[in-house]
Amino acid sequence: MTAPRIEAHRLRCRACGADYDAQALAICENCIGPLEPVYSDRRTRPDRATIARRPPSLWRYREWLPLNGEPVYSTETGFTPLIESPSLARTLGAGRLWIKNDSVSHPSLSFKDRVVAVALNAAAALDLDTVGCASTGNLANAVAAQAARAGLPAWVFIPEDLELAKVIGTAVYGARVVRVRGTYDDVNRLCAQVADRNNWGIVNVNLRSYYGEGSKTVAFEIAEQLGWRLPTAVVAPMAGGSLLTKLHKGFREFLADEIVAGGIPRMYGAQAAGCAPIVRLVEKGEGRIEPVVPDTIARSLAIGSPADGGYAARVIRETGGWAAAVSDADIVTGITLLAEHTGVFTETAGGVTVAGARALAMTGRLTAADEVVLCITGNGLKTAEVVQDQIESLPVIAPSLREVSDLLDWAAAPAA
Amino acid sequence: MPVTVQLPNVLAKLTDGQRTVEATGDTVGDLVTALSRQFPELEARLRDRRGQPYEFVAFYLNDADIRLNGGFDTAVRDGDELVIVPSVAGG
Ligand SMILES: Cc1ncc(COP(=O)(O)O)c(C=O)c1O
Ligand SMILES: [Zn+2]
Repeated sequence: MTAPRIEAHRLRCRACGADYDAQALAICENCIGPLEPVYSDRRTRPDRATIARRPPSLWRYREWLPLNGEPVYSTETGFTPLIESPSLARTLGAGRLWIKNDSVSHPSLSFKDRVVAVALNAAAALDLDTVGCASTGNLANAVAAQAARAGLPAWVFIPEDLELAKVIGTAVYGARVVRVRGTYDDVNRLCAQVADRNNWGIVNVNLRSYYGEGSKTVAFEIAEQLGWRLPTAVVAPMAGGSLLTKLHKGFREFLADEIVAGGIPRMYGAQAAGCAPIVRLVEKGEGRIEPVVPDTIARSLAIGSPADGGYAARVIRETGGWAAAVSDADIVTGITLLAEHTGVFTETAGGVTVAGARALAMTGRLTAADEVVLCITGNGLKTAEVVQDQIESLPVIAPSLREVSDLLDWAAAPAA
Repeated sequence: MPVTVQLPNVLAKLTDGQRTVEATGDTVGDLVTALSRQFPELEARLRDRRGQPYEFVAFYLNDADIRLNGGFDTAVRDGDELVIVPSVAGG
Protein backbone atom coordinates (compact mmCIF):
# COMPACT_ATOMS: atom_id res chain seq x y z
CA MET A 1 0.00 0.00 0.00
CA THR A 2 1.27 3.47 -0.80
CA ALA A 3 1.49 5.86 2.11
CA PRO A 4 -1.69 7.90 2.39
CA ARG A 5 -1.35 11.53 1.42
CA ILE A 6 -3.84 12.50 4.06
CA GLU A 7 -2.91 13.41 7.63
CA ALA A 8 -5.02 13.64 10.76
CA HIS A 9 -4.72 16.53 13.20
CA ARG A 10 -3.23 16.28 16.65
CA LEU A 11 -5.59 15.94 19.60
CA ARG A 12 -6.11 17.84 22.83
CA CYS A 13 -8.08 17.00 25.97
CA ARG A 14 -11.11 19.21 26.39
CA ALA A 15 -11.00 18.75 30.17
CA CYS A 16 -7.31 18.96 31.17
CA GLY A 17 -5.59 20.27 28.04
CA ALA A 18 -3.16 17.34 27.59
CA ASP A 19 -1.77 17.08 24.02
CA TYR A 20 -1.60 13.98 21.84
CA ASP A 21 -0.22 12.99 18.46
CA ALA A 22 -2.81 12.10 15.86
CA GLN A 23 -4.16 8.66 16.70
CA ALA A 24 -7.29 6.55 17.08
CA LEU A 25 -7.93 7.75 20.60
CA ALA A 26 -10.96 9.69 21.80
CA ILE A 27 -10.26 9.85 25.53
CA CYS A 28 -7.47 11.40 27.52
CA GLU A 29 -4.90 8.97 28.96
CA ASN A 30 -4.57 11.31 31.89
CA CYS A 31 -8.12 12.28 32.94
CA ILE A 32 -10.35 10.17 30.59
CA GLY A 33 -11.95 13.38 29.29
CA PRO A 34 -12.89 13.80 25.62
CA LEU A 35 -10.19 14.67 23.07
CA GLU A 36 -10.69 17.20 20.29
CA PRO A 37 -8.66 17.84 17.16
CA VAL A 38 -6.33 20.83 17.28
CA TYR A 39 -6.53 23.41 14.48
CA SER A 40 -3.59 25.67 13.87
CA ASP A 41 -4.42 29.37 14.14
CA ARG A 42 -1.89 29.94 11.37
CA ARG A 43 -3.52 27.68 8.80
CA THR A 44 -4.81 29.48 5.75
CA ARG A 45 -8.55 29.71 5.42
CA PRO A 46 -10.35 30.23 2.11
CA ASP A 47 -12.70 33.16 1.55
CA ARG A 48 -16.33 32.81 0.49
CA ALA A 49 -15.58 33.01 -3.22
CA THR A 50 -12.97 30.28 -3.01
CA ILE A 51 -15.31 28.00 -1.08
CA ALA A 52 -18.11 28.69 -3.54
CA ARG A 53 -15.95 27.61 -6.50
CA ARG A 54 -15.21 24.21 -5.00
CA PRO A 55 -17.19 21.04 -5.80
CA PRO A 56 -20.51 20.75 -3.91
CA SER A 57 -19.48 18.38 -1.13
CA LEU A 58 -18.62 18.79 2.53
CA TRP A 59 -14.94 18.87 1.56
CA ARG A 60 -15.39 22.45 0.33
CA TYR A 61 -14.98 23.32 4.03
CA ARG A 62 -11.92 21.12 4.48
CA GLU A 63 -9.90 23.77 6.34
CA TRP A 64 -12.40 23.37 9.19
CA LEU A 65 -12.12 19.57 9.17
CA PRO A 66 -9.43 17.72 11.15
CA LEU A 67 -7.44 16.42 8.19
CA ASN A 68 -4.72 17.79 5.95
CA GLY A 69 -4.35 16.71 2.34
CA GLU A 70 -6.71 15.18 -0.16
CA PRO A 71 -9.59 13.06 1.14
CA VAL A 72 -9.38 9.54 -0.25
CA TYR A 73 -12.86 8.25 0.56
CA SER A 74 -16.43 9.51 0.29
CA THR A 75 -15.49 12.57 -1.70
CA GLU A 76 -19.09 13.29 -2.81
CA THR A 77 -20.82 13.42 0.58
CA GLY A 78 -22.49 16.61 1.79
CA PHE A 79 -24.01 19.75 0.31
CA THR A 80 -27.62 18.67 0.70
CA PRO A 81 -30.47 21.06 -0.20
CA LEU A 82 -31.68 23.87 2.04
CA ILE A 83 -35.35 24.37 1.23
CA GLU A 84 -37.52 27.30 2.30
CA SER A 85 -41.10 26.52 3.27
CA PRO A 86 -43.33 29.57 3.66
CA SER A 87 -46.34 27.37 4.36
CA LEU A 88 -44.65 25.48 7.20
CA ALA A 89 -43.39 28.82 8.53
CA ARG A 90 -46.99 30.08 8.59
CA THR A 91 -48.25 26.91 10.22
CA LEU A 92 -45.67 27.11 12.98
CA GLY A 93 -45.80 30.89 13.29
CA ALA A 94 -42.16 31.49 12.42
CA GLY A 95 -41.09 34.46 10.29
CA ARG A 96 -39.20 32.40 7.72
CA LEU A 97 -38.37 28.72 7.86
CA TRP A 98 -36.03 26.42 5.97
CA ILE A 99 -35.33 22.73 6.24
CA LYS A 100 -31.81 21.38 5.88
CA ASN A 101 -32.62 18.24 3.98
CA ASP A 102 -30.17 15.51 4.93
CA SER A 103 -32.85 12.93 4.18
CA VAL A 104 -31.25 12.87 0.71
CA SER A 105 -27.66 12.65 1.94
CA HIS A 106 -25.26 10.65 -0.22
CA PRO A 107 -24.83 7.72 0.03
CA SER A 108 -27.01 6.45 2.88
CA LEU A 109 -29.76 9.05 3.36
CA SER A 110 -28.91 10.53 6.74
CA PHE A 111 -26.59 13.18 8.18
CA LYS A 112 -24.43 10.37 9.55
CA ASP A 113 -22.82 10.22 6.11
CA ARG A 114 -20.99 13.40 7.07
CA VAL A 115 -19.40 12.10 10.24
CA VAL A 116 -18.51 8.81 8.60
CA ALA A 117 -16.89 10.55 5.61
CA VAL A 118 -14.57 12.33 8.02
CA ALA A 119 -13.98 9.25 10.19
CA LEU A 120 -13.06 6.98 7.25
CA ASN A 121 -10.55 9.51 6.00
CA ALA A 122 -9.12 9.70 9.52
CA ALA A 123 -8.89 5.90 9.43
CA ALA A 124 -6.96 6.20 6.16
CA ALA A 125 -4.63 8.79 7.65
CA LEU A 126 -4.03 6.58 10.67
CA ASP A 127 -3.53 3.43 8.57
CA LEU A 128 -6.42 1.51 10.13
CA ASP A 129 -7.65 -1.29 7.92
CA THR A 130 -10.88 -2.23 9.69
CA VAL A 131 -13.66 0.11 10.75
CA GLY A 132 -16.79 -0.27 12.83
CA CYS A 133 -19.43 1.45 14.91
CA ALA A 134 -22.11 1.10 17.55
CA SER A 135 -25.30 2.43 16.05
CA THR A 136 -28.97 3.21 16.47
CA GLY A 137 -29.32 2.52 12.73
CA ASN A 138 -28.32 5.44 10.54
CA LEU A 139 -24.69 5.33 11.53
CA ALA A 140 -24.71 1.60 10.75
CA ASN A 141 -26.04 2.36 7.25
CA ALA A 142 -23.44 5.07 6.69
CA VAL A 143 -20.48 3.01 7.90
CA ALA A 144 -21.53 -0.07 5.95
CA ALA A 145 -22.12 1.86 2.72
CA GLN A 146 -19.00 4.00 2.82
CA ALA A 147 -16.74 1.17 4.03
CA ALA A 148 -17.98 -1.02 1.17
CA ARG A 149 -17.03 1.60 -1.38
CA ALA A 150 -13.70 2.20 0.36
CA GLY A 151 -12.98 -1.52 0.36
CA LEU A 152 -12.62 -1.62 4.14
CA PRO A 153 -14.04 -4.45 6.24
CA ALA A 154 -16.63 -3.11 8.69
CA TRP A 155 -17.98 -4.45 11.98
CA VAL A 156 -21.32 -2.91 12.81
CA PHE A 157 -23.00 -3.42 16.18
CA ILE A 158 -26.71 -2.59 16.49
CA PRO A 159 -29.59 -3.35 18.86
CA GLU A 160 -31.25 -6.56 17.68
CA ASP A 161 -34.71 -5.04 17.18
CA LEU A 162 -34.06 -2.02 14.95
CA GLU A 163 -36.38 -1.13 12.08
CA LEU A 164 -36.17 -3.60 9.18
CA ALA A 165 -34.90 -1.04 6.67
CA LYS A 166 -32.06 -0.03 8.96
CA VAL A 167 -30.93 -3.63 9.41
CA ILE A 168 -31.25 -4.52 5.72
CA GLY A 169 -29.70 -1.19 4.74
CA THR A 170 -26.60 -2.25 6.67
CA ALA A 171 -26.36 -5.93 5.78
CA VAL A 172 -26.76 -5.38 2.03
CA TYR A 173 -23.31 -3.80 1.76
CA GLY A 174 -21.63 -6.92 3.07
CA ALA A 175 -20.75 -5.47 6.47
CA ARG A 176 -20.29 -7.79 9.44
CA VAL A 177 -23.52 -6.88 11.21
CA VAL A 178 -23.78 -7.96 14.82
CA ARG A 179 -27.25 -7.71 16.37
CA VAL A 180 -27.01 -7.35 20.12
CA ARG A 181 -29.79 -8.30 22.51
CA GLY A 182 -30.10 -5.03 24.37
CA THR A 183 -30.52 -1.30 24.01
CA TYR A 184 -28.19 1.05 22.15
CA ASP A 185 -26.56 1.87 25.47
CA ASP A 186 -25.68 -1.81 25.91
CA VAL A 187 -24.29 -1.92 22.37
CA ASN A 188 -22.27 1.21 23.00
CA ARG A 189 -20.75 -0.14 26.20
CA LEU A 190 -19.85 -3.36 24.41
CA CYS A 191 -18.16 -1.39 21.61
CA ALA A 192 -16.14 0.61 24.11
CA GLN A 193 -14.82 -2.74 25.36
CA VAL A 194 -14.24 -4.03 21.83
CA ALA A 195 -12.35 -0.87 20.85
CA ASP A 196 -10.09 -1.40 23.84
CA ARG A 197 -8.97 -4.77 22.51
CA ASN A 198 -8.67 -4.27 18.76
CA ASN A 199 -6.79 -2.00 16.48
CA TRP A 200 -9.99 -1.09 14.66
CA GLY A 201 -11.26 2.34 13.85
CA ILE A 202 -14.62 2.37 15.59
CA VAL A 203 -15.92 5.61 14.21
CA ASN A 204 -17.95 6.77 17.21
CA VAL A 205 -15.64 5.31 19.85
CA ASN A 206 -11.90 5.65 19.26
CA LEU A 207 -12.28 7.81 16.12
CA ARG A 208 -14.92 9.96 17.80
CA SER A 209 -12.75 13.09 18.05
CA TYR A 210 -12.41 13.18 14.27
CA TYR A 211 -15.86 11.84 13.45
CA GLY A 212 -17.80 14.47 15.39
CA GLU A 213 -16.23 17.31 13.41
CA GLY A 214 -18.11 16.14 10.30
CA SER A 215 -21.36 17.43 11.80
CA LYS A 216 -20.03 21.00 11.68
CA THR A 217 -20.51 20.90 7.91
CA VAL A 218 -24.29 21.09 8.42
CA ALA A 219 -23.72 24.52 9.99
CA PHE A 220 -21.31 25.62 7.23
CA GLU A 221 -23.76 24.62 4.51
CA ILE A 222 -26.66 26.40 6.23
CA ALA A 223 -24.57 29.58 6.39
CA GLU A 224 -23.51 29.38 2.74
CA GLN A 225 -26.93 28.39 1.42
CA LEU A 226 -28.60 31.26 3.25
CA GLY A 227 -26.31 33.58 1.32
CA TRP A 228 -23.43 33.70 3.83
CA ARG A 229 -25.43 34.58 6.90
CA LEU A 230 -26.82 32.77 9.92
CA PRO A 231 -30.41 32.04 10.93
CA THR A 232 -31.70 33.31 14.27
CA ALA A 233 -32.65 29.84 15.48
CA VAL A 234 -31.84 26.22 14.64
CA VAL A 235 -33.77 23.14 15.76
CA ALA A 236 -31.94 19.81 15.80
CA PRO A 237 -32.82 16.32 16.99
CA MET A 238 -30.66 14.94 19.79
CA ALA A 239 -29.52 11.42 20.58
CA GLY A 240 -25.98 11.51 21.93
CA GLY A 241 -26.03 15.30 21.66
CA SER A 242 -23.08 15.48 19.27
CA LEU A 243 -24.86 16.99 16.25
CA LEU A 244 -26.25 19.94 18.21
CA THR A 245 -22.93 20.60 19.92
CA LYS A 246 -21.04 20.52 16.62
CA LEU A 247 -23.59 22.68 14.79
CA HIS A 248 -22.89 25.33 17.37
CA LYS A 249 -19.14 24.84 17.02
CA GLY A 250 -19.47 25.24 13.25
CA PHE A 251 -21.41 28.50 13.55
CA ARG A 252 -18.88 29.81 16.06
CA GLU A 253 -15.95 28.97 13.78
CA PHE A 254 -17.52 30.70 10.78
CA LEU A 255 -18.11 33.78 12.92
CA ALA A 256 -14.59 33.73 14.37
CA ASP A 257 -13.07 33.40 10.90
CA GLU A 258 -15.34 36.16 9.58
CA ILE A 259 -16.91 33.98 6.93
CA VAL A 260 -20.23 35.28 8.27
CA ALA A 261 -21.13 38.14 10.59
CA GLY A 262 -23.80 38.54 13.24
CA GLY A 263 -24.96 36.64 16.26
CA ILE A 264 -24.86 32.95 17.06
CA PRO A 265 -28.23 31.29 16.39
CA ARG A 266 -30.29 30.17 19.38
CA MET A 267 -29.85 26.41 19.51
CA TYR A 268 -32.94 24.30 20.15
CA GLY A 269 -32.83 20.54 20.76
CA ALA A 270 -35.64 18.02 20.39
CA GLN A 271 -36.02 14.51 21.77
CA ALA A 272 -38.79 11.95 22.05
CA ALA A 273 -40.58 12.06 25.41
CA GLY A 274 -39.72 8.36 25.81
CA CYS A 275 -36.01 9.20 25.76
CA ALA A 276 -35.38 12.79 26.80
CA PRO A 277 -32.40 12.88 29.19
CA ILE A 278 -30.93 15.98 27.53
CA VAL A 279 -34.25 17.86 27.57
CA ARG A 280 -34.58 17.05 31.26
CA LEU A 281 -31.10 18.40 31.96
CA VAL A 282 -31.90 21.63 30.09
CA GLU A 283 -35.06 22.00 32.18
CA LYS A 284 -33.20 21.24 35.38
CA GLY A 285 -30.56 23.82 34.52
CA GLU A 286 -27.58 22.20 36.20
CA GLY A 287 -26.06 18.92 37.28
CA ARG A 288 -25.44 15.79 35.29
CA ILE A 289 -27.34 13.71 32.77
CA GLU A 290 -29.61 11.18 34.44
CA PRO A 291 -29.73 8.14 32.17
CA VAL A 292 -33.05 6.62 31.13
CA VAL A 293 -34.18 3.37 29.53
CA PRO A 294 -35.55 4.51 26.15
CA ASP A 295 -39.11 3.73 25.08
CA THR A 296 -40.04 5.48 21.83
CA ILE A 297 -40.67 4.90 18.13
CA ALA A 298 -37.75 7.28 17.44
CA ARG A 299 -35.23 4.46 17.53
CA SER A 300 -32.49 6.51 15.89
CA LEU A 301 -32.60 8.89 18.87
CA ALA A 302 -32.96 6.21 21.55
CA ILE A 303 -29.78 6.83 23.53
CA GLY A 304 -30.52 6.74 27.24
CA SER A 305 -27.04 7.78 28.30
CA PRO A 306 -25.95 10.50 25.85
CA ALA A 307 -22.17 10.97 25.69
CA ASP A 308 -22.40 14.66 24.75
CA GLY A 309 -25.60 15.37 26.66
CA GLY A 310 -23.98 17.70 29.16
CA TYR A 311 -22.27 19.71 26.42
CA ALA A 312 -25.46 19.90 24.36
CA ALA A 313 -27.50 21.14 27.34
CA ARG A 314 -24.91 23.81 28.03
CA VAL A 315 -24.88 25.04 24.41
CA ILE A 316 -28.68 25.22 24.42
CA ARG A 317 -28.75 27.33 27.57
CA GLU A 318 -25.81 29.54 26.63
CA THR A 319 -27.26 30.48 23.24
CA GLY A 320 -30.65 31.33 24.70
CA GLY A 321 -32.32 28.30 23.17
CA TRP A 322 -34.42 25.61 24.79
CA ALA A 323 -35.37 21.95 24.42
CA ALA A 324 -38.60 20.08 23.78
CA ALA A 325 -39.72 16.50 24.35
CA VAL A 326 -42.49 15.22 22.08
CA SER A 327 -44.81 12.23 22.27
CA ASP A 328 -44.73 9.37 19.77
CA ALA A 329 -48.08 10.55 18.38
CA ASP A 330 -46.62 14.01 17.84
CA ILE A 331 -43.63 12.50 16.06
CA VAL A 332 -45.95 10.89 13.52
CA THR A 333 -47.80 14.20 13.14
CA GLY A 334 -44.43 15.89 12.60
CA ILE A 335 -43.57 13.45 9.81
CA THR A 336 -46.87 14.01 7.99
CA LEU A 337 -46.77 17.76 8.55
CA LEU A 338 -43.36 17.98 6.90
CA ALA A 339 -44.38 15.68 4.04
CA GLU A 340 -47.54 17.66 3.29
CA HIS A 341 -45.90 21.08 3.51
CA THR A 342 -42.52 20.47 1.90
CA GLY A 343 -42.69 17.24 -0.07
CA VAL A 344 -39.97 15.75 2.10
CA PHE A 345 -40.53 12.39 3.78
CA THR A 346 -38.42 12.16 6.90
CA GLU A 347 -37.89 9.43 9.45
CA THR A 348 -38.85 9.55 13.11
CA ALA A 349 -35.88 11.79 14.02
CA GLY A 350 -37.14 14.40 11.55
CA GLY A 351 -40.61 13.99 13.02
CA VAL A 352 -39.10 14.80 16.42
CA THR A 353 -37.53 17.95 14.98
CA VAL A 354 -40.75 19.19 13.36
CA ALA A 355 -42.89 18.32 16.38
CA GLY A 356 -40.29 19.89 18.65
CA ALA A 357 -40.32 23.09 16.57
CA ARG A 358 -44.10 23.16 16.78
CA ALA A 359 -44.01 22.75 20.56
CA LEU A 360 -41.38 25.48 20.86
CA ALA A 361 -43.43 27.81 18.65
CA MET A 362 -46.57 27.15 20.68
CA THR A 363 -44.79 28.13 23.88
CA GLY A 364 -43.51 31.33 22.25
CA ARG A 365 -39.88 30.28 21.93
CA LEU A 366 -39.94 30.60 18.14
CA THR A 367 -41.69 33.71 16.88
CA ALA A 368 -42.59 35.71 13.77
CA ALA A 369 -39.29 37.55 14.20
CA ASP A 370 -37.36 34.33 13.66
CA GLU A 371 -35.57 32.85 10.69
CA VAL A 372 -35.52 29.19 11.65
CA VAL A 373 -33.69 26.21 10.18
CA LEU A 374 -34.98 22.73 11.00
CA CYS A 375 -32.40 19.95 10.69
CA ILE A 376 -34.08 17.07 8.88
CA THR A 377 -31.48 14.42 9.44
CA GLY A 378 -32.88 11.18 8.06
CA ASN A 379 -35.13 9.56 5.45
CA GLY A 380 -38.74 8.45 5.96
CA LEU A 381 -38.46 5.25 3.94
CA LYS A 382 -36.22 3.85 6.68
CA THR A 383 -38.96 4.06 9.31
CA ALA A 384 -42.01 3.68 7.06
CA GLU A 385 -43.72 1.39 9.57
CA VAL A 386 -44.61 4.31 11.85
CA VAL A 387 -46.89 5.80 9.17
CA GLN A 388 -48.09 2.49 7.81
CA ASP A 389 -51.72 3.03 8.83
CA GLN A 390 -51.86 5.80 6.22
CA ILE A 391 -52.46 3.09 3.63
CA GLU A 392 -55.47 1.61 5.41
CA SER A 393 -57.79 4.40 4.31
CA LEU A 394 -56.76 4.19 0.65
CA PRO A 395 -59.38 2.93 -1.83
CA VAL A 396 -58.77 -0.33 -3.68
CA ILE A 397 -60.74 -0.68 -6.92
CA ALA A 398 -61.16 -2.86 -9.98
CA PRO A 399 -59.39 -1.55 -13.10
CA SER A 400 -62.64 0.03 -14.23
CA LEU A 401 -63.31 3.61 -15.21
CA ARG A 402 -66.72 3.50 -13.52
CA GLU A 403 -65.11 2.78 -10.18
CA VAL A 404 -62.82 5.77 -10.69
CA SER A 405 -65.88 7.93 -11.48
CA ASP A 406 -67.54 6.67 -8.31
CA LEU A 407 -64.46 7.68 -6.41
CA LEU A 408 -64.47 11.13 -7.95
CA ASP A 409 -68.20 11.53 -7.16
CA TRP A 410 -67.50 10.39 -3.67
CA ALA A 411 -64.57 12.74 -3.34
CA ALA A 412 -66.62 15.66 -4.69
CA ALA A 413 -69.61 14.94 -2.45
CA PRO A 414 -69.94 17.10 0.63
CA ALA A 415 -68.73 15.36 3.75
CA ALA A 416 -71.55 13.47 5.46
CA MET B 1 -17.76 -11.22 48.42
CA PRO B 2 -15.27 -11.24 45.56
CA VAL B 3 -16.41 -9.49 42.40
CA THR B 4 -14.54 -9.40 39.10
CA VAL B 5 -13.78 -5.89 37.90
CA GLN B 6 -12.92 -5.20 34.25
CA LEU B 7 -10.96 -2.02 33.66
CA PRO B 8 -10.37 -0.15 30.40
CA ASN B 9 -6.81 0.07 29.09
CA VAL B 10 -6.61 3.69 30.12
CA LEU B 11 -6.98 2.68 33.78
CA ALA B 12 -4.90 -0.50 33.64
CA LYS B 13 -1.74 1.57 33.84
CA LEU B 14 -2.80 2.47 37.38
CA THR B 15 -3.16 -1.20 38.33
CA ASP B 16 0.27 -2.45 37.22
CA GLY B 17 -1.17 -3.34 33.83
CA GLN B 18 -3.96 -5.57 35.13
CA ARG B 19 -7.21 -5.22 33.21
CA THR B 20 -9.08 -7.70 35.38
CA VAL B 21 -8.91 -7.31 39.13
CA GLU B 22 -10.91 -8.59 42.09
CA ALA B 23 -12.54 -6.62 44.86
CA THR B 24 -14.82 -7.37 47.78
CA GLY B 25 -17.75 -5.50 49.29
CA ASP B 26 -21.53 -5.29 49.64
CA THR B 27 -22.10 -2.40 47.24
CA VAL B 28 -20.43 -0.95 44.16
CA GLY B 29 -19.26 1.89 46.41
CA ASP B 30 -17.57 -0.67 48.67
CA LEU B 31 -15.78 -2.15 45.67
CA VAL B 32 -14.53 1.29 44.69
CA THR B 33 -13.26 1.82 48.24
CA ALA B 34 -11.50 -1.55 48.18
CA LEU B 35 -9.93 -0.87 44.77
CA SER B 36 -8.79 2.56 45.91
CA ARG B 37 -7.04 0.99 48.87
CA GLN B 38 -5.36 -1.56 46.64
CA PHE B 39 -4.44 0.92 43.90
CA PRO B 40 -4.37 4.44 45.40
CA GLU B 41 -3.82 6.16 42.04
CA LEU B 42 -7.03 4.66 40.74
CA GLU B 43 -9.27 6.40 43.25
CA ALA B 44 -9.45 9.80 41.55
CA ARG B 45 -10.47 8.08 38.30
CA LEU B 46 -13.33 6.19 39.97
CA ARG B 47 -14.92 8.77 42.24
CA ASP B 48 -14.85 12.51 42.71
CA ARG B 49 -14.33 14.46 45.92
CA ARG B 50 -18.01 14.30 46.78
CA GLY B 51 -17.88 10.52 46.59
CA GLN B 52 -19.87 10.42 43.34
CA PRO B 53 -18.81 8.36 40.30
CA TYR B 54 -16.01 10.17 38.42
CA GLU B 55 -17.58 12.11 35.56
CA PHE B 56 -15.68 10.44 32.72
CA VAL B 57 -16.30 6.79 33.60
CA ALA B 58 -19.44 4.63 33.67
CA PHE B 59 -19.99 1.53 35.80
CA TYR B 60 -21.95 -1.51 34.65
CA LEU B 61 -22.83 -4.25 37.12
CA ASN B 62 -23.68 -7.45 35.25
CA ASP B 63 -24.20 -5.31 32.13
CA ALA B 64 -26.58 -2.84 33.84
CA ASP B 65 -25.68 0.85 34.21
CA ILE B 66 -25.49 1.42 37.98
CA ARG B 67 -27.00 4.89 37.58
CA LEU B 68 -30.30 3.16 36.82
CA ASN B 69 -30.10 1.07 40.01
CA GLY B 70 -28.89 3.28 42.83
CA GLY B 71 -25.40 4.29 41.76
CA PHE B 72 -22.68 3.41 44.24
CA ASP B 73 -25.36 2.03 46.61
CA THR B 74 -26.16 -0.77 44.15
CA ALA B 75 -25.77 -4.09 45.97
CA VAL B 76 -23.30 -6.65 44.65
CA ARG B 77 -23.17 -10.39 45.09
CA ASP B 78 -20.50 -13.02 44.96
CA GLY B 79 -19.51 -13.73 41.37
CA ASP B 80 -20.90 -10.48 39.94
CA GLU B 81 -18.98 -8.66 37.23
CA LEU B 82 -18.34 -4.92 37.32
CA VAL B 83 -17.29 -3.35 34.02
CA ILE B 84 -15.84 0.16 33.98
CA VAL B 85 -15.69 2.02 30.67
CA PRO B 86 -14.91 5.58 29.64
CA SER B 87 -18.21 7.43 29.51
CA VAL B 88 -17.43 9.76 26.64
CA ALA B 89 -17.10 6.86 24.23
CA GLY B 90 -19.83 6.27 21.69
CA GLY B 91 -23.23 7.85 21.24
C1 LIG C 1 -31.40 10.65 11.86
C2 LIG C 1 -30.66 11.07 13.07
N1 LIG C 1 -30.78 12.32 13.49
C3 LIG C 1 -30.16 12.77 14.59
C4 LIG C 1 -29.35 11.95 15.35
C5 LIG C 1 -28.73 12.52 16.60
O1 LIG C 1 -27.39 12.65 16.56
P1 LIG C 1 -26.49 12.85 17.86
O2 LIG C 1 -26.25 11.47 18.42
O3 LIG C 1 -25.28 13.48 17.31
O4 LIG C 1 -27.24 13.71 18.83
C6 LIG C 1 -29.18 10.63 14.95
C7 LIG C 1 -28.30 9.75 15.75
O5 LIG C 1 -28.17 8.59 15.61
C8 LIG C 1 -29.85 10.18 13.79
O6 LIG C 1 -29.72 8.91 13.36
ZN1 LIG D 1 -7.45 15.13 30.09
